[in-house]
Order: sequence, then structure tokens, then C-alpha cells
Amino acid sequence: MTSSSTKKIRQALGFLFLRLCLALVLAAVALFLADIISRGSSSLSWEFISQKPRRGMTEGGIFPAIFGTFLVTAVTALLAVPVGICAAIYLNEYAKKNRLTRLIRLSIRNLSGVPSIVYGLFGVILFVNMMKFGTSILSAGLTLGLMTLPWTITASEEALKTVPNSFREGALALGATKWQAIRTNVLPYALPGMLTGTVLGLARAAGETAPIMFTGAAFALPFLPKSLGDQFMALPYHLYIMATQHHDIAKVRPLAYGTALVLIIFVLGLNLGAVILRYRLRRRHKRF
Amino acid sequence: MTKRTLRNLQERALRAFFLFNGIIAIVALVGIFVLLLTSSFPAFREVDLFKFLSEKIWDPTAPDIPLYGILSQIVSSLMVTAVALVIAVPIGIGVAAYLSDVAHWRVREIVKPVIEVLAAIPSVVIGFLGIVLVGPFLAKISGRTHGLNALNGAVLLAVMSLPTIISISEDALSAVPSAYGEASLALGASKWQTIVRVKLPAALSGIIAAIMLGMGRAIGETMTVLMATGNARSFPTGLFDSVRTLTSNIAIELGEVPYFTTHYYALFAIGLVLFLMTFLINLLADIFLRKYQEHEL
Repeated sequence: MTSSSTKKIRQALGFLFLRLCLALVLAAVALFLADIISRGSSSLSWEFISQKPRRGMTEGGIFPAIFGTFLVTAVTALLAVPVGICAAIYLNEYAKKNRLTRLIRLSIRNLSGVPSIVYGLFGVILFVNMMKFGTSILSAGLTLGLMTLPWTITASEEALKTVPNSFREGALALGATKWQAIRTNVLPYALPGMLTGTVLGLARAAGETAPIMFTGAAFALPFLPKSLGDQFMALPYHLYIMATQHHDIAKVRPLAYGTALVLIIFVLGLNLGAVILRYRLRRRHKRF
Repeated sequence: MTKRTLRNLQERALRAFFLFNGIIAIVALVGIFVLLLTSSFPAFREVDLFKFLSEKIWDPTAPDIPLYGILSQIVSSLMVTAVALVIAVPIGIGVAAYLSDVAHWRVREIVKPVIEVLAAIPSVVIGFLGIVLVGPFLAKISGRTHGLNALNGAVLLAVMSLPTIISISEDALSAVPSAYGEASLALGASKWQTIVRVKLPAALSGIIAAIMLGMGRAIGETMTVLMATGNARSFPTGLFDSVRTLTSNIAIELGEVPYFTTHYYALFAIGLVLFLMTFLINLLADIFLRKYQEHEL
């Protein structure tokens, strides 16, 4: 009797501990978001997102940083999306269980663990110096693209795995070649998951700072970039500058908060977009 | 006949094309390693490798003799990471256990997206919160003028590694065969006893993998520690010291250093040290992950 009641008390205390852990995590997320939203929303205005910074970035908006982040993310996508999808098709549809396949998988897992600043160093050597792209949108985008690659491969492969084998077998039994089977009976069904995973990867890349600091992001630019060979302003790097490097940090704090809020809206918006996209595309395929 | 060979050719070309894309991953990883190695190499014409790793003082711009010792930075990185894990591991495993074994599915449906939101917050934003939110709080409770120190970085890194630790631990706990838990309950153990004595031990290799991956993320994280830890070059003596990690040092100095000098190459050598550390951690995580996946079968 007593042993069963201590057992109950222990269980109650144990569950209390688990609930406290969860409450702590939820509180941290709530506190972080509440702080940024409450103090950032006062800086948010049409002027803030559509104008250039003025007077040594103490006034005006952050349009060049938003524009730059869009451009560099587009370059990132250009590298990470097609290569990621094609590599995933190889791994899930063609690869046999051999040493080469294991080596590819091991490389992907390790690439996803390489620190972002190390990607930045790699970008400086390869794209800025060796390929002579200089510090530019192209160098920064390619650096981010390489960093995003392991995520897009993994996400695309997960999506391909969800397509039942009978879909492939059905096409093959009717005389389709392997590629025909993949194109008509696998890719259409895997596409929603692939797109979702890819957009999530790009959202993460868009928020990265360390890989672009030395490969193309600029402190402040009077003009918008005109080509992929130009330097650019980016939201995450701009936030870093406004928070730590500006000559009058106290004065620009509201602008830093505004930038942080815009960056969070941008990244979480991409995340939300990915989820909605998956939902819609899934519904379209439901009749199969 | 010709149509068939043509199609055959096309099939083979496509296969080769997809394989090529897969091989890019190997080339990228080897490329990073080789380029870091060749770019660090020139630094060791002037700097002794042993001194590089064992000396405490990093002062490449000293007027008489430049000093290239990264021990303080290594210790700073390890200290911030270790404290982050001390905070994040119990909380992360607690949340994972709660989600996998206690929570109602509706709670799970709400909590999981919240944790995904946390994972999606860019590191520069977390670093900014270290300056405006965590720093002032730490300054207040410790009675110091500012809160940009090792503890601030550790708290933020703990929060950042939580999503990794939670999601992988939860996967590992869910992969424990349900017969284990049922047997334990049937023998009269409480739900709590079952979690602590049966489920957690059975999921241990997956949980260790989760911790290692969280550790890899924390040690390689740049913006958060750069913004929150104060970046003093001295050897750390306590949690309220301002510290400069390996990652921060690269971020601070690479923008200012003249290209192709010993100082420049030495920064790449720090990058190589980081790469090797995280590579090792990830390799260990991989071994533990594979262990629990085998166990699952």
C-alpha cells in the first residue's frame, strides 16, 4: 500500500518535471517572439520596408537588405534545388547498396554538420579567390547553396520514400523504362514533399549570416546591386551591423528591432508558405 | 531496334546524370577539407603547430612578435558548449519523453510546430536577443555592468540546440518497440518507472546521438556567440568572463586581415580545427544513430 503510494507520488513528481521542461521551452519561445514583436512593430511601416537607409543608417528603411536577401536566396535555390533533387533521385531510385552509395550518404550527413563559418571560409577560398567571382551575390549565393545542399537532398529523399513501390512497379509492368516510371509515377507524387522541404531549407539559408559575411554582404551600399557580380546588403547581416557595429547603437536600436522583426516574418513566412504549399498540392493528388 | 537502343542510351545517360549530382556531395566535403588544409598550410611556415594549439595568447598584430596561440579560444568554445549542454540535455530529454509517452496527441500537435518555429529563428536574431534581453537580465542578477559573457552564450546555445535534441530524442523514444513498455506496465511498473527504467535506457544510443548533434551545432555556431559573449581574448576563468570562441575569432578578424598574410592563413587553420572537431563529433553521432537504427530492426 505505502509502496504503491510512493510510486504514485514519484510518478506525479516525475510528470511535473517533464511538464516544467516543456513549459520552460514554450516560455522561451514566447518570450523571444514577444520581445521582438512588441518592440519591433513600432518601427515597422511602409517607409521602413520600401526606403533606403538614410543619414548613416540612423533613419530610413531597409529595402536594399530585403532586396539583397531575395536575390541571394534565389542564387542559393539555383544551386541547391536542382542538385538536391537530382541527388535525391539517384539515392532513392537508382543507388544500389554499395560503397559509393554509403560514401555519398556519409558525405551528406557530414556536410550538414560543417559549421556555417567554415562554409564562409570555403566560399572565400573557392568562389571569391580561386574562381575570381570576388565578394558578390554570386559568391555568397553559391556558398549558401552548398550549405543548403544536404538539407535539400535529405528532404527530397524523404519525399521520394513516401511514394509506394507499387507505383513504380505498375509503370514498369506496363513496359515503361525506369525514367518513364519515375517521371510519370513517382515525381508527381513526391513533388509536394520535395517543394516543402526545399523551401524550408531555403528559409534557413536566408537567415544565415556567417557564410555571407566575407563572401559578398556589405555594411552599407548607396545603390541597389545591378548584377550578380555586385556586393549586396542582406537582412541578417544588416541586423548584425545594427546591433553591434553601428557607431550609435543606442540610437538605432529601434531600427535593429524592426530589422529583426522583418527577418523573422520573412523566415517564418517562408516556413508557413511551405506548409500551405504541401497541403494544397496534397489535396490536388488526393483522388489518386 | 534503333529506337530501343536510343532509349537505352537515354536511360543510361540519365542515370549517370543523377549519379553525378550525388557525387557532388562527396566532392564538396572533400573539397572543403582539402582547401582548408592547403590554405592553413602556409601559416605553419612561421607558426609552430604545437604552439598554435597549446599557447594561450592570440595576438597576431603585436608590434614585435606576433603570437598565434588558440588554446584560450578552444577552451572558450568547449566551455560555452559544455554549459549549453548541461542546460539543454535534461530539458530536451524531458520534453522528448513528455511528447512521446505522456502528452495527449493534441498537445503534441501544438507543441511540435512551436519547436519548429524555434528551430527556424535565425542565429543572428538569437544573438540579438542575447544583447537586448538575456544580457541585461544576467547583468542585473549578477550585479555586473554588462551581461555579455560565457553564460549568456551558453544559455542561447542551449535554446538553439533544444530543437535538435528534442526531435532526435523523441524519434529514438518512439522507435523503442511498444512491447518493451507494455511488458513493463504489465509487470506492475508505473508509467514514470517505465519511462525512466525501460524506455530511456532502450533509446540511449539515439539520445546520445541527439546530444552529439546538438553539441556539433553548438560548437560551430557563430553569430550567437559572436554577439552575446563579449569576445575578450583572455583565457576564460569563469562563466561570467567575456570569452572569444574559435568561430567568433574567425568572424571578427577575417574581415580586417590583409589577404595572404600569416595571420590570414592562421584564421583558415582555426577553421580547419573547427572542421575536424565537428567532423569527429558528427562521426560519433553517426555511429550511435546507426546503433539505434539497427536495434529498431
